[in-house]
Amino acid sequence: MITLLIREIRLTWRSGGGALTGVLFFLAVVAVFPFAIGPDTKLLSHLAPAILWIGALLASLLGLDRLFAHEREDGSLDLLVIQSHSLTLTIFVKAFAHWLMTGFPLVIATPIFGTMLNLSPYGIAVTMITLLAGTPAITFIGTVGAAVVVKVPRGGMLISILILPLVIPILIFGTTAITGALEDPAPFAVPFMMLCALTLFTSVLGPLAASVMLRHSAD
Amino acid sequence: MTTDTVIETKASNLWGLANPTRFMGFASRAIPVLAAGTAILLVVGIYMSMNAPEDYQQGHTVKIMFIHVPAAYLAVIVYAIMCTSALGTLIWRHPLADVSLRTAAPIGAVFTFLALATGSLWGKPMWGTWWEWDARLTSVLVLFIVYLGLIALSKAFDEPSEAAWPLAVMTLTGAPLLPIIKWSVDWWNTLHQPASLAKFGKPSMPPDYYIPLLIMALAYMALFFTLHLMSMRNEILARRIRSMKMKSARSRGAC
Repeated sequence: MITLLIREIRLTWRSGGGALTGVLFFLAVVAVFPFAIGPDTKLLSHLAPAILWIGALLASLLGLDRLFAHEREDGSLDLLVIQSHSLTLTIFVKAFAHWLMTGFPLVIATPIFGTMLNLSPYGIAVTMITLLAGTPAITFIGTVGAAVVVKVPRGGMLISILILPLVIPILIFGTTAITGALEDPAPFAVPFMMLCALTLFTSVLGPLAASVMLRHSAD
Repeated sequence: MTTDTVIETKASNLWGLANPTRFMGFASRAIPVLAAGTAILLVVGIYMSMNAPEDYQQGHTVKIMFIHVPAAYLAVIVYAIMCTSALGTLIWRHPLADVSLRTAAPIGAVFTFLALATGSLWGKPMWGTWWEWDARLTSVLVLFIVYLGLIALSKAFDEPSEAAWPLAVMTLTGAPLLPIIKWSVDWWNTLHQPASLAKFGKPSMPPDYYIPLLIMALAYMALFFTLHLMSMRNEILARRIRSMKMKSARSRGAC
């Protein structure tokens, strides 16, 4: 399984730096907001957590359609299905590798973009923690979408339509947790724990649903 | 399309043939009865709704309830039916489950749209706003987007039978929405709360209101089943036409 993880990461790295594209997209989304809102630093710092979360959400959806598409094209998807290892576990590892190459770089890049949006160091730290806890859930739900559209010729757009409504709870709990940390009366722990719970839940159910789907589409 | 998949589709057609045929017979008998029931219930329901007394606060606008609330019920019930159909595809591999799931989606989307639109029309005089980002409204809007996404997914495949499993898996993935919608007004204390489901069954709602509401809800249910059966029948006919066309194309190619 660790071999698979390393293989996945190498593949993404060598096929044109998936991590860099994601971060660039994140930068583009974040940079567009000040143009639309205006360079009002007070307003920007107020909106910064929301902007960062939306940017991370959209960037996480990028490339999801490629999660199983390569394997399907060269036929190795069938091998993954009929191998002796658990397919669910294989998909979990693939999804985790995908997150390491798309979601995790966003967390690393957050301090830079947060500073650009005039977010306080404390606010940046909280945003990073919530992104670290929440973005895996987006990838795990996205795994189901990737498995579902694996036979669709151009599934990228379709994945976004199917997955976006389902990841709204993650966005809600993520931004609520940040608000809770930055403003006094609102709680931080409750939405943050809900966020962690969502990630744990989806890390099991997402690969499971995807494996049901892939096993059927392989035969 | 490869010969393998052609043979496969043919085999699955043969296997399911008995069932859809029996279904067609059932549908042609049930549809007139259901349609008549829908018409009677709708006429009675609308008549009683129109004669319902005016609310001391809301005046005439309270009557929007009789078309809004049943539509919202149906938006949720149709999705629940789709989830059941999805289980039918995944567990029992019932050939009609996919037909049921696929044809229910557009009807459910229309009911959801109706609930959102009438709610908006009711919200303007009552809350002073067309739209409010409150928990109930937002979760129903998300349900609407999910419906549209599923319709898009059902049309994305070249071969209709290939969409069955993706649709079923995706429908079940969206199932957590239903409890969220149901309890959204309890979990988040928001605008929608005062005039919601909670009223139903409480003594605070006089029979002048809940009897027409109940009849309208039954009328909407009957309407849904009528439309659903008709739509399923159309889908089966469309698939038969498709397989006949494929067959004739294949035999022409062989000559």
